[in-house]
Amino acid sequence: MRIFVPGDAAACAVGADEVARTLERLAAGRGLAIEIVRNGSRGMHEMEPLLEVATPAGRVGYARVAAGQVEAVLDALVEGRDHPACVGLVEEIPFLRRQTRLTFARCGITDPQSLDDYRANGGLEGLARAIEIGPEAAVEEVVASGLRGRGGAGFPTGIKWRTAAAASAPQKYIVCNADEGDSGTFADRMLMEGDPFLIIEGMAIAGLAVGATRGYIYIRSEYPHAIKAMERAAETARRGGLLGPSLLGSTHGFDLEIRVGAGAYVCGEETSLLESLEGRRGEVRAKPPLPALVGLFGRPTIINNVLSLAAVPFILAEGGKAYAEFGMGRSRGTMPIQLAGNVRNGGLFETAFGVTLGELVEDIGGGTLSGRPVRAVQVGGPLGAYFPPSMFHLPFDYESFAEADGLIGHAGIVVFDDSVDMARMARFAMQFCAAESCGKCTPCRIGSVRGTEILDLIVAGDRVDEHLALVEDLCETMKFGSLCALGGFTPYPVLSAIRHFPEDFRREAAPAEGGSNAFVD
Amino acid sequence: MTGNAHDPRLWTPQEVEEILRRHAGREGPLMPILGDVQAAFGHVPEGAVPIIAAALNLSRAEVHGVVSFYHDFRRAPASRPVVKLCRAEACQARGAEQLAPLLERDERIELETVYCLGLCASGPSALVGDQVYARLDETNVADLVALAARGSAL
Repeated sequence: MRIFVPGDAAACAVGADEVARTLERLAAGRGLAIEIVRNGSRGMHEMEPLLEVATPAGRVGYARVAAGQVEAVLDALVEGRDHPACVGLVEEIPFLRRQTRLTFARCGITDPQSLDDYRANGGLEGLARAIEIGPEAAVEEVVASGLRGRGGAGFPTGIKWRTAAAASAPQKYIVCNADEGDSGTFADRMLMEGDPFLIIEGMAIAGLAVGATRGYIYIRSEYPHAIKAMERAAETARRGGLLGPSLLGSTHGFDLEIRVGAGAYVCGEETSLLESLEGRRGEVRAKPPLPALVGLFGRPTIINNVLSLAAVPFILAEGGKAYAEFGMGRSRGTMPIQLAGNVRNGGLFETAFGVTLGELVEDIGGGTLSGRPVRAVQVGGPLGAYFPPSMFHLPFDYESFAEADGLIGHAGIVVFDDSVDMARMARFAMQFCAAESCGKCTPCRIGSVRGTEILDLIVAGDRVDEHLALVEDLCETMKFGSLCALGGFTPYPVLSAIRHFPEDFRREAAPAEGGSNAFVD
Repeated sequence: MTGNAHDPRLWTPQEVEEILRRHAGREGPLMPILGDVQAAFGHVPEGAVPIIAAALNLSRAEVHGVVSFYHDFRRAPASRPVVKLCRAEACQARGAEQLAPLLERDERIELETVYCLGLCASGPSALVGDQVYARLDETNVADLVALAARGSAL
């Protein structure tokens, strides 16, 4: 019998390790031949730990299994009885069936640390094809796919690659940005833990395509599981010829190293990340020069998000055109969307661009976990805008969100119910920016501190109109005067909260102002 | 090994030298070195800064600047086991702010704020050492604190 117990952090955080240990102990005690696979997560985080049993009909799931229930589940399995935790065939669960999984095709299904399993499930086909067609053609496949940077900025990946490929230098680098600091996002983490060879393959293809032989994966320290998973996988990849002087026996060589961050959110910004890799304070660099020309240690460097690199093996294996057939407008392919916060069916939902925000939150997400009405959703992390349900018609793609004064960022959606105080959230956005600012540019470093102070005054009901005008003015300065997206995008959550939820900024103000005016008049 | 050093360890220059040797010849070695020093001693001792600076041909100010930039590098070891509670938006939406005062009040542990552990659909969440915890509420957060506090006794 083959039983899958996810080793993903979201499963381990709710007892999956103990479930696996209990299962192992019971199996040994009863002399049952059970193979336990620590798979990645399927991305249905409300169901974790989701134990799966391989059957001839497919994999049958048992949701939210606590260690104390393992024995009863095992009894039911052995005796062929039902168990209340059983959710039937996992593939038939609507949340999974409705997805288009290109990047997450293997995540939760295979043994993430088995290179054989990876290969048996379509892995390495992209790299093999890249070797076959050569560097220039490989770059052009990525251009043809229309893939845009999944980290948030949405810059065309193929163009970045072309730039670095055309540069000549004794050493070029591939850097994988795994500093996934946005609240509401966990796709990078899930992929590192659930299909690490995919990221390594994507980086190897990038190396081959632009002529880079060295790579770094920069993972945040808040992800201990992902760090371990990537380190183990890199070691296995080296032994299996997916890394090293001869990729899959070809003349192309590529190797990489895992580097761990130290708790600085701003290091998710690409130039700050490069500074950190070089051993400096994670201060943002002014652009130009572009990292593709002058990047890590001054050399041409491709710095791509985990999800961008992970989309590449499919693009090479199936062709850029096949990838571009998904999506809408200038947003091609699929996006691993993350439903988070106060949502009933939270987790990872990969789908083609174009699905509406309302479908995602109400239909797929099932509304709030608390059962109260949805009041606001923040899309794109701490620098993303807050939207009310009246904007749920927005299709999920780069342009539509930009037109609505928002961004999709790394595609995290955080749901809030009607107990949220949007003035507090606006203040939090400024406070977060102040805590995480690298300090290099004044609008961000000082602006965020002043912004927090002014919002405090507004919350206290002090000269609300005057101070709201001041916040808006400050936001303009931060938007246009900051070096990077931290200072530049913090105005999104602040201004959207003011615009869509004005009543929250006047709660205590109205009576106080009315009273004082009456006196003066 | 966890950097969760509630048991302030004495450090020696020899141990720092040993860490430096492990990273000799690496590209951009300062962050991995500081990470190892933090993990070994639960903080980056001020006395280690000139040793690291000399080995990497950097000024003390440069190394100090890096140490002070990153939240993970502590200047002094924690005196109690550290519980890192996520207080970012997704965990706020699921009640993290109600738990924070409980942890703040508890004298057995030191509460640290982190912004996001990537457990955003199962918050509130916390990190103790390398162990992650999610779906926290007022009841199980008490168990978590007891567990973390026991860790200090070991």
